[in-house]
Amino acid sequence: MNTVIETVGLKRSYQDFDAVRGIDFTVARGELFALLGTNGAGKTSTLELLEGQAVPSGGTVKVLGRDPFRDRAAVRHRIGVMLQEGGFPPELTVLETVRMWAGCTSGARPADEALALTDLSGRSKVRVKQLSGGERRRLDLALALLGRPEVLFLDEPTTGLDAQSRRDTWDLIRELKAQGTTVLLTTHYLEEAEQLADRLAIMHKGLIATTGRVEDVVSERPSRISFQLPQDRFLGELPPLAPMGVTRHSNEGGTVLLETRDLQRTATELLTWAHHTGVALHALDVRSASLEEAFMEIAKGLDEEETR
Amino acid sequence: MTTTAPARPMTTAGPVRRGPASRMAALGRAELTLLLRSRAALFTAVVLPGVMAVSMRGLVKSLDLGGTGLSIATVLLPGTLAMALFFSIYTNLVGVYVTRRESLVLKRLRTGEVRDWEILAGGALPAVVLAVVQCVLLAVGLTVVLDAPAPDAPHLVVVGLLLGMALLVVGAALTAAFTRTAESAQLTFLPFMMASMAGSGLFLPREVLPDAVAGISAWLPFSPVMDLLRGGWTGDLGGMDQGRALLMALAWTAVAALGVRKWFRWSPRH
Repeated sequence: MNTVIETVGLKRSYQDFDAVRGIDFTVARGELFALLGTNGAGKTSTLELLEGQAVPSGGTVKVLGRDPFRDRAAVRHRIGVMLQEGGFPPELTVLETVRMWAGCTSGARPADEALALTDLSGRSKVRVKQLSGGERRRLDLALALLGRPEVLFLDEPTTGLDAQSRRDTWDLIRELKAQGTTVLLTTHYLEEAEQLADRLAIMHKGLIATTGRVEDVVSERPSRISFQLPQDRFLGELPPLAPMGVTRHSNEGGTVLLETRDLQRTATELLTWAHHTGVALHALDVRSASLEEAFMEIAKGLDEEETR
Repeated sequence: MTTTAPARPMTTAGPVRRGPASRMAALGRAELTLLLRSRAALFTAVVLPGVMAVSMRGLVKSLDLGGTGLSIATVLLPGTLAMALFFSIYTNLVGVYVTRRESLVLKRLRTGEVRDWEILAGGALPAVVLAVVQCVLLAVGLTVVLDAPAPDAPHLVVVGLLLGMALLVVGAALTAAFTRTAESAQLTFLPFMMASMAGSGLFLPREVLPDAVAGISAWLPFSPVMDLLRGGWTGDLGGMDQGRALLMALAWTAVAALGVRKWFRWSPRH
C-alpha cells in the first residue's frame, strides 16, 4: 500500500479548547477518504493540519511522506486545497481570479480548461461578487484543481450547491479519483460519503469514533423495525423476541422498537405473527442499518459515555 | 462537465515550478486591476498627491525660511514626494491588506504555493509602481513650475525614496494588523501619517520647529527619509548624517517587519 496521508496521535489545541484529541488514520494513493462529524467535531481543524496551515500541538502528520508544514515547499505544489470558506476579491472576474491563481501555481492547467471542469466557462467574464453561492464554491474547486494535484483536500465541497451541481461535482470528483487523485473530503452530507468514499472516519469531539469502509461501518449497526401496537395489545403477546433475532427492544408509549442483525428473519416472523393474530401494526417502519443511523448512534453513544 | 485532462504522470519530475517572481507578478497584476476599479482608492493614490502639492505651496510660501538654508523648492519638492509616498503606498495599502484579509482572500492564498511575504509584497507592487510614477511626474513638474534647481545629490533622493517605500509598505502591513475592518482602515492610517507630517518635516521642515521638539522628532520613523530627500536637493547632508539616516530608516523598517511577523493576522477575528 502506497500511503499518501498518515497521522499518528494527531492533536490540535486552541487556548481553551482541544479541537483534535489524538487521531490516527492513513489514506492510500488513489483512495477517497471522507471525514464525517457533527459541527465542532474537529474536521476542519484536522484538515488544516493536513494542509500544512498549522502546526499540530501533538502527534505527527505526513502528506506524501513529508511534514506538510515544515516541508511546505516540497508538498504544496502537489496538493490542491478547497477551504470551507475561501475568499476572492469581489471585483475581479472569474477569469482574472483563475489567472491570478495560475500565476501562483506550478504546472497550472489553462484557465479555460479549469473553468470547463467546473462548468463555469460561460461565467468567465462575470465579477466574483455577482456569482451565486454555488458558483463561488465551483470557482473555489476550479482553483483547487488548477495545479493537477496528486492530493486534493476538500472541506465541505458541495455545501450550498443545488442538487444538480452537487451531482456534477460528485461526477467530477469520481473522475479525478479514477485518474489516480487521492481525495480527502469532509462533509455534512452522509449521502455524499456513501456515494464517494472508499473509506471514512466519523469524528466526534476531536476523536475518531469509528473508521473503515462504508459497508463495514454500517454493518456494525443493527437494523431496526418500529411500529405501534394497538392499545389492547401488549409486547408480551409477541412471539419470544430472541429467537426472532431481536437483539434489543423498547416500548415507549406504545411505539415498539426492535433491533436486529437479521432483518429478514425478524421482519418475516413479526409480520407472520401479525397476520395470524389479525393485529394491525400502525406506522410500521422496517429499515436496514444506514450510515445515518450509524452516525447518529455514534454521536449519541459518545455523549452518554462522557456524561457517565 | 467536461472530461478532465489526464493527471500528470507521477514518475516524471513534474512541471516547471513557479518562482516568487511569477507569483508576485500574478498577485500584483490582480491588485492593479482592483486598484483601477476602485474610484476611492484611485482618487487617494493618484489625485491627492498633486492636490497636496498645490495647497502646500501656499503654506510654504508663508514660512519664514530665513536662516534655515532652505528655499521654497527644497521644502516643497521633498515634502510633495513624501506625500505621494504616503497616499499612494501607505494609505492605499492599509486598506488593501485589511480588505483582503476580511474578505478571506489572504486566508485562501495561504493554502497555495505562495509564501506569506510574497502575498504582502505582490499586493504592494501596483502601489509601489504608482508611487514611482507619481514621484517622477511631481519632481519634474514642480521643478519646472518653481524653476527649481536639479537635486545636488540625486542618489540621496533615490535612496530616500527606496527606503521610504520599503518603510511605508511594511508600515501599512503593521497598521493593518491593528485595523479590524475595512471601514476603520479609513482612520487607522491617520496617526502615523499625522505624526510624520507634523514631526518628520513633510509640511514644515524640522529646522523651523522649536529645538526640543525637533530633537525628539528627528527620531521618528519617517524623519531619516525626509533628511535624505531634502539632503538630495540641498546637497548639505554630510557623510555621517547620510549613514545615520540610512541606518535609522533600515532599523525602523526592520522593527516594523518584526511587528508584522508577530502581529499580522491572515484571517478575520471571529
